[in-house]
Amino acid sequence: MQLQELTAVRLAEKIRAGGATAMDAVDAAFQKIAEQEETLHCYVTLDKEGARKRAEEVQRRIESGALAGPLAGVPVAVKDNICTAGMLTTCSSKILGNFVPPFSAQAVSALEAAGAVILGKTNMDEFAMGSTTETSAFGVTKNPHNTAHVPGGSSGGSAAAVAAGECFFALGSDTGGSIRQPASFCGVVGMKPTYGTVSRYGLVAYGSSLDQIGPLTKDVADCAAVLEVLAAHDGKDSTSIERKDTDFTSALIPDAAGLRIGIPKDYFGEGLDGEVRAAVLQAAKVLGEKGAVVEEFDLSLVEYAIPAYYTIASAEASSNLERFDGIKYGYRTPDFDGLHNMYKKTRSEGFGAEVKRRIMLGSFVLSSGYYDAYYLKALKVKALIKKAFDEAFQKYDVILGPVAPTTAPKLGESLKDPIKMYLGDIYTISVNLAGLPALSVPCGMDQKGLPIGAQLIGDCFQEKKILQAAYAYEQAAVK
Amino acid sequence: MANKISDETIAYVGILAKLELSDEEKEAAKKDMADMLDYIDKLNELDTDGVEPMSHVFPVENVFREDVVTNGDSRRDILQNAPGEKDGMFKAPRTVE
Repeated sequence: MQLQELTAVRLAEKIRAGGATAMDAVDAAFQKIAEQEETLHCYVTLDKEGARKRAEEVQRRIESGALAGPLAGVPVAVKDNICTAGMLTTCSSKILGNFVPPFSAQAVSALEAAGAVILGKTNMDEFAMGSTTETSAFGVTKNPHNTAHVPGGSSGGSAAAVAAGECFFALGSDTGGSIRQPASFCGVVGMKPTYGTVSRYGLVAYGSSLDQIGPLTKDVADCAAVLEVLAAHDGKDSTSIERKDTDFTSALIPDAAGLRIGIPKDYFGEGLDGEVRAAVLQAAKVLGEKGAVVEEFDLSLVEYAIPAYYTIASAEASSNLERFDGIKYGYRTPDFDGLHNMYKKTRSEGFGAEVKRRIMLGSFVLSSGYYDAYYLKALKVKALIKKAFDEAFQKYDVILGPVAPTTAPKLGESLKDPIKMYLGDIYTISVNLAGLPALSVPCGMDQKGLPIGAQLIGDCFQEKKILQAAYAYEQAAVK
Repeated sequence: MANKISDETIAYVGILAKLELSDEEKEAAKKDMADMLDYIDKLNELDTDGVEPMSHVFPVENVFREDVVTNGDSRRDILQNAPGEKDGMFKAPRTVE
């Protein structure tokens, strides 16, 4: 078997056993990159020389016995909104085009401590605002399964890089579906953990109350292994949660006996593509055969999640993106007349259209006179949505549904109509509002050869249940 | 219920957002924002009287820790990102005449 075909966990096993080195693994990834990157454009920044040096250091520590974990020597790609000390971190935006962070995100430090080797930074929608990776200031990424289609977004570069073998796993961030949806479109596993499970320290903030970093991997076992490394309490993130139940790999049981799985009827209504519906319902059937109790139920409030989300996310974005002022880092306009003119010109030239659209909307809903009617209203609806999930999880361990209404759209079709693009987030977005963990697992292909993903949603802190269901499904589907 | 965004509103939001929009961008922003607000108005179908606004999903209290310096002096690395630098400080346009 070619090295590139191994999962992260299997690769680390092989390296530990002396069957390959961390340098071999880096070379294998860069061979795939050399073959495909010109077409796919998964990365914004590649660091071949640095990756090889880091691999040599990691290899020494593996051989000395200092490093023995499940990710030691495994090459990883990191989404470009997650800070990497000494390596460009642009958020795929002109305004951060030259930003070299003086520190690393906690998630990156955790991976490096586990011996993972960073290859480079992946393309994304500018500041994670978009669903196709087409709002990147540095060009589009293409879907490895069909290059006429988008990889999804906003973590599109990470998902495509995993699918194409240009890394062995990747980090993404998920504010409204940005890990799960590209994972679904590219046929890989992607997980958004419970809010507060992975430190947001060093993640460039978009919607702080919704953002979570999570893994994009080749299979469910890799997903559990990576999450186990990432999940830790961090004093540098005041929303970080102290958890004791982070032995996620213990949930990799190929059996769903006793799991109660709810299928929300509201997720299978109008707008859902027929092939996606059939594939997801087939996954439900497989889980039933593996011992799960599967039944339909009414989740309610589904159609209110998107308007509540875009109000809250835009409000937080308008506040978070105030820091880009042309003073401390990033782009500054060359010609200006005084301080305020410099701010305005820098931001107007530095941000792309989608980012400006959300900053404007966010500024409006937070402005005096509109704050109660829009922002507070959305926060109240968020409370109702959380309550609807609380009630559902009294009856079910796992909620199963589609990740997105369709498979990956064609390049160039989505940005013309923003609201239509936002509607594509309907099944993923409420998870972020309620802080829940959710996972996307491949469950088939449509007739165009594009992957379909099933979404497994768990109650807060119940990652293990969705990992078990996903693993049981995956093992049954492989056979 | 159709929202209409006036020139004054767009100008005001531009001030809040610190964005300078071209005339073309202003027209597009008026339409985009009106469309989005029409869509967001859907939330008014829900009765939220007596519902507490939820800013955080978990009952988190203020989180305190000792104010101890743990990082080293990274002034040089930080200033390397500055568009303008002078004497080890950020250089900004004149703010007081």
